[in-house]
Amino acid sequence: MPNNNVMSTENQHVILEHEAGSGTPLTLHNVSIVYKTRKGDVQAVRNVSLDLRAGESIALIGESGSGKTTLGLSIVRLLVKSAEVTEGEIIYRRNGKEVNVLALNKNELREFRWKECSMVFQSALNAFNPVIRIWDQMRDTAQSHGWKDKKAIRQRSLELLRFVQLDAERVIDSYPHELSGGMRQRVLIALSLLLDPQVLILDEPTTALDILTQRTIIDLLRKLKEEQHFTMIFISHDLAIAAELADRIATMYAGRIVELGSEDDIFYRPRHPYTLGLIRAVPKVVGDFQELFSIPGSPPDLINLPRGCKFHPRCPYATDRCREEEPDLVEVGPEHFAACWHWKEVAKELDTKPLHITS
Amino acid sequence: MALIELKNVSRTFGKGDERVVAVDNVSFAIEEGEVLCLVGESGCGKSTTGKIVAGLLKPTRGQVLFDGQDIAEMDKESFRNYRHAVQIIHQDPYASLNPTQTVRQMITRPLLRHHKAHGRHEAEKRAIELLEIVDLTPAADFMNKYPHQLSGGQRQRVSVARALTVEPRFIVADEAVSMVDVSIRVSLLNMLSRLQDEFNVTFLFITHDLALAKYFAWEGRISVMYLGRIVEDGPTRRVVMDPRHPYTQALLSAVPEADPELARRKKRIELRSADIPSLLDLPTGCTFHPRCPYFVEGVCDTEVPPLETITAGGRVACPVRKDVSIRLIEEDA
Amino acid sequence: MGSVFLGAVHSIGTTLRIMSYNKVGFAGFIAVMLILLMAFVGPFIVPLDTQTKVDQIYQPPSAEHWLGTDHQGRDIFSQIVNGGKDVIIVAVVAGALSTLIAVTFGTLAGFAGGQVDSLIISITDIVLTIPQLPLLLVLAALVKLNNIFYLGLILGALGWPSLLRAVRSQALSLKQRDFVEAARALDLGTMHIIFREIVPNMMTYIIISFALAMTGAIYAQVALVLFGLVPFSGSNWGVMLSLAWVRGAIYFKDSIWYIMMPVAAIVILQLSIVTMTRSLELVFNPRLRSGE
Repeated sequence: MPNNNVMSTENQHVILEHEAGSGTPLTLHNVSIVYKTRKGDVQAVRNVSLDLRAGESIALIGESGSGKTTLGLSIVRLLVKSAEVTEGEIIYRRNGKEVNVLALNKNELREFRWKECSMVFQSALNAFNPVIRIWDQMRDTAQSHGWKDKKAIRQRSLELLRFVQLDAERVIDSYPHELSGGMRQRVLIALSLLLDPQVLILDEPTTALDILTQRTIIDLLRKLKEEQHFTMIFISHDLAIAAELADRIATMYAGRIVELGSEDDIFYRPRHPYTLGLIRAVPKVVGDFQELFSIPGSPPDLINLPRGCKFHPRCPYATDRCREEEPDLVEVGPEHFAACWHWKEVAKELDTKPLHITS
Repeated sequence: MALIELKNVSRTFGKGDERVVAVDNVSFAIEEGEVLCLVGESGCGKSTTGKIVAGLLKPTRGQVLFDGQDIAEMDKESFRNYRHAVQIIHQDPYASLNPTQTVRQMITRPLLRHHKAHGRHEAEKRAIELLEIVDLTPAADFMNKYPHQLSGGQRQRVSVARALTVEPRFIVADEAVSMVDVSIRVSLLNMLSRLQDEFNVTFLFITHDLALAKYFAWEGRISVMYLGRIVEDGPTRRVVMDPRHPYTQALLSAVPEADPELARRKKRIELRSADIPSLLDLPTGCTFHPRCPYFVEGVCDTEVPPLETITAGGRVACPVRKDVSIRLIEEDA
Repeated sequence: MGSVFLGAVHSIGTTLRIMSYNKVGFAGFIAVMLILLMAFVGPFIVPLDTQTKVDQIYQPPSAEHWLGTDHQGRDIFSQIVNGGKDVIIVAVVAGALSTLIAVTFGTLAGFAGGQVDSLIISITDIVLTIPQLPLLLVLAALVKLNNIFYLGLILGALGWPSLLRAVRSQALSLKQRDFVEAARALDLGTMHIIFREIVPNMMTYIIISFALAMTGAIYAQVALVLFGLVPFSGSNWGVMLSLAWVRGAIYFKDSIWYIMMPVAAIVILQLSIVTMTRSLELVFNPRLRSGE
């Protein structure tokens, strides 16, 4: 009988031998991505630069149209045909060597994807091939990246499925539809670790999962982060995920990073009105009641972006300068950057109405 | 007398081996002007309950009372009355509007059919009024639009405007803001609250998002459902700040918070098992017992615990823990 | 107009404008209009050449005979112009009847469910299993099939089963959609729900099915004529094809025209109908109109 209690401690021994790297495994430099459509060019990502340090996790937070998913997909070059990276480079480093991911040819790309950098998608059924078993999926992935030893692959797959706290023997021979959403998400995480990559990109890892299931996934990801020191990028619209798992957070709006800083910086010392707006729009469960505020208006049309700062039509601090000139990221604190002409006013407002919880 | 009351309502789907009890012996009452939130994870039966309340699904057992009358026993006239008085807002903005109709058609049609307006001109005027009530301004711009030309939040507002055409007294909002951008959610919720204040509309707000439930129903009540049964209910303040049922506590503890300090200080509740029971094979006694950290053998796995009223307010279905308060936020860790 | 039935009320001008958004589809529409014009108005302008001229057998196209002459020296062009009418009428009658039966009963079955559904499905299955060709053979022996309306009706009465099943399953899935549930909550009435909520969302499917039913009927009647089951008098494209085939017209360079012309006419008609559906889709499904 399969063991129903999957929380037993024997599953928690460390089976991944993942060296915590050093340096800066990933750098995005002035990346711009455009989708070509009949109506015009959709400017999905505009001039984004970012460094990802070894062992850190960065959350890309934004709503629909922010460009976060496009950016994530571009790192593993899984964009659709109609998308074009119009400028910029994505530099990947390991053991002193560096490559421009955007310049890799097909073979090099195969080496890069999954072995160096892998991606975890949402646990939706369409992340899987519905007519093949989990084992086939894992074997196919491994073999298409050059690993031929079936026995070793099977061994490793079982190890990983155990690591993500699944009943490995049962799950490996199941079809995707036989597993729950939470189980599928865990399989996807195991799949992404198959070839021991250095960097993990996770796209909405807990969306569409139930609360208790979500919690187990978050705890698992935290384990990956804290025990295995994986370098991770989380893409989400959910600020709460960022609060749980991210060391640094980048809020994105209309294709650009509008604020970048540590967890505490973003949640307690935001300097961009959009970040502040997001925080004030998200309710907290425990504790007393707090007033919430929505951000008026809606995200801009990415084909016809307004002049100046793209957030100005919705911004309470907007002035003429905002309508004409788009601000770049400036340093507003140690390792804390915001793209706003009036960040000082945001700071002042927070002095009077701080964001800390009162217990 | 309550506006809506459910008495021992159950709803089963399927037959024989495939039999699923989606809603099991649920009873509650909602007063006029009140807000009740039904929270729970997927499969708990909250949506099914919502549809039963809205009269779109018949219960297999039990009664649904509207203004004290059993809707199954109503004559045609009273049932029609009830039908108009109770409306539903769906979750998916992409499925809740007919893609082949314009906003104008969607709103004027019920107005004309039920003689809330006489003639096209009056219907048009009233439609514009309704669009303004749901903050779709300038309303005239929206009349000719098709659903695919509107954003998710706008579609939800059209759904609400459409529901308002029949002047409902009660609205069932089934995950009405779950598929909408975060920054827009609050504005939609505030609009619904305004309907409550200005038009005295009663709400049954169904959601899996506890934080939203807390915000929307702060002055109202929450009912927590698990695998078809209500495990706890009561005034929102009490349930959220002093939960008694282990499942409620686990939920509140598990929700990730958009506040790092709060996330660090929240009490962690470990469950005995990560497996979610299937509705086809429910555990005996209290269905939560295989996962419950306070499981008492012989007590929890034998009898279904009844919902008992507690002095703090509301009801709890756990004889073991109903009188025990816990702290959800640890002091400095 | 008839679109009140479907909830997509448009004036003729608006309808044409919407159809023009899809270039290919609009081209198909124009082609269909031209073919209709040729088939129904043409005969008054270009009368059928019935005179046998032995010295002009199998003439290639020339200024006098635009498409050449047949095995009896008769002008092919006039035959093409006059031969479309019957083919088109049979196609339209058959297509319309099939579609009408399928949509009405398919939607009813899907929406009502229960015993009504069971009954309709049973009848459908029975008709579906009837082998069409042998049945037509038998009918040809018993009944005179040379009346185009009867032929159309018979073909229509045989062609609806598979379409009905498809319509029914569409209705079943649409029934579950949120906006249909909302219509029920708003007490908009069963008739409204069927004709204004469900059917309009099936229009693309219905249009394409109508087009395919027509093309199917065209093939069926040509086949019937080819097999000699239908004693047609007068000329239509099917008859032309049959005669040309029997005469071995494909074996001679000069007589190729005789057999290719009706084939070309039929193919062009089919193609135009099918491409036209692309534009028709836009009229009934607003989501597909990207130009607005």
